[in-house]
Amino acid sequence: MERIAAFEVIESGVLTTIQDLGRYGFSQFGVPLSGATDTFSLRVANLLVGNKEGEACLEITLTGLKIKALREVVIALTGGDLCPTLNEEPLEMWRTHLLVEGDVINFKKVRSGCRTYLAVGGGIAVPKIMGSSSTYLSGKFGGLEGRALRRGDLFHIFELPSSLDKLGLRFPKDWIFPLEKEVPLRAIPGPQDHHFTEKGFETFHSSSYRVTPQSDRMGVRLEGPEIERRSHVEESIISEGLISGAVQVPGDGKPIIILTELVTGGYTKIATIISIDLPRVAQLKPGDRVRFKPISIEAAHSLLKEQEERLREFREVLRQR
Amino acid sequence: MGLYPKTISYLMGDRGLLLEFGDEISREINQKVRRMALAIQVEDVAGIIETVPTYRSLLIIYDPLILPIENLKRRLKGIEKGLQQTPLPGPKLTRIPVLYGGIYGPDLEEVARVLQISSEKVIQLHCSIPYLIYMIGFMPGYPYMGELPQALVVPRLKTPRLVVPKGSVAIAQRQTGIYSMESPGGWQILGRTPVEMFNPEKDPPSLLQMGDLVQFYAVTEKEFEHWSE
Repeated sequence: MERIAAFEVIESGVLTTIQDLGRYGFSQFGVPLSGATDTFSLRVANLLVGNKEGEACLEITLTGLKIKALREVVIALTGGDLCPTLNEEPLEMWRTHLLVEGDVINFKKVRSGCRTYLAVGGGIAVPKIMGSSSTYLSGKFGGLEGRALRRGDLFHIFELPSSLDKLGLRFPKDWIFPLEKEVPLRAIPGPQDHHFTEKGFETFHSSSYRVTPQSDRMGVRLEGPEIERRSHVEESIISEGLISGAVQVPGDGKPIIILTELVTGGYTKIATIISIDLPRVAQLKPGDRVRFKPISIEAAHSLLKEQEERLREFREVLRQR
Repeated sequence: MGLYPKTISYLMGDRGLLLEFGDEISREINQKVRRMALAIQVEDVAGIIETVPTYRSLLIIYDPLILPIENLKRRLKGIEKGLQQTPLPGPKLTRIPVLYGGIYGPDLEEVARVLQISSEKVIQLHCSIPYLIYMIGFMPGYPYMGELPQALVVPRLKTPRLVVPKGSVAIAQRQTGIYSMESPGGWQILGRTPVEMFNPEKDPPSLLQMGDLVQFYAVTEKEFEHWSE
């Protein structure tokens, strides 16, 4: 398929990478899934511009990114609100926009959340590595040369039928989770919940934890009351597989929420955050606070079903346009 | 201990199920992990989207909307029952050249001192037997191998290094490994290999695979520098 230059990076900002829904099938070779940390926002952004929901998007972290359109393109922005502007005017999120050549988009400050997703009609064109366009930063492959975007980079799209018919479309705002001061995260106990004391469990569920600056796409480190472990168990376990949302508790008793760039680890995990709350984790930035709540797997699955039902309805609305 | 009489399954959130086959690093347990991972691959169960095989457990990532957890558990039980019929491919032996000591193996002399043997003896011991690859993990293409001869057992470094060069061959406790990429790390570095462990453009991307064998041999600085694969 032909590739067309769609944008030029004017300023790189804190961190912007190309991500899709992740790299599956290579865990046995030590390759983490990578992909968007907030897959819900990425999927909605793609649907808004008429892409398949797993197309590659920009994952824009915090502030400073400035890009210029090199041709007419349709875009949508979802996820955390980083005060996007179009030629210095505020740009509404969760809806489609038509850009013309020379338009400049800028992300100046954080209003809420941490990561915005930018989808472009036609999808961002980068070579697929192991079946995915996702950037794996520490592995230095995927996305654009395995790295974050830099000033002067061009990124391309595939020439596909225009999605101009989708212009003005909005994603229902009441379907987006609110970004709260103290983010509630629902988690299923385990796999190593039995390594912690009852008191440790209570600390975990009754305390407010603060996100530290040592957080990235591998994990969100938290500061707060120490979680007590049973006296006879060791701090580390034999290395095992990891999944996004797993809450590790290393020797210092401070929890770390695993994100998408880790594949195995040897720390005990007290609980694992449920799928539909992972976007909230992805939107945490240093200084934010979280509180954990226990939930059953049955409740988690029915919430997930509800979310997918809503997305199905939204796809139906799109189809009828 | 060995294999649990009955495999334990733990929930890892609403999309992960961890099958644990035992509570130690042993060949018997690890072989069961590998057999189970292969059998699941062969069965090609709709709704299982990834498996992560490690020393003594297998993490299964599934889509609960395609495959409800009760069905997943039932399928896994069935697969486990028929496991003995799953043939395991014979282990492939890969010989890995290592330049020991000097700037390439900054911990060689200290390891020798702690073990009260000569550096030459450390190298000879490290090269003396083939090691089983228990898993590839931590980073792409990093093989966790064992077991080292008892006379080579040293602890991890007290303070991990912030940067361990790519290709570093290291030991810790009964294990040995190869840093497939530059990374922080706390194992004691004996030497470096010129062989590339991981290449994202290759299929498979990892030179080594779980269940295979590795034997190290020493090379000279000249051989190391002129190494071509």
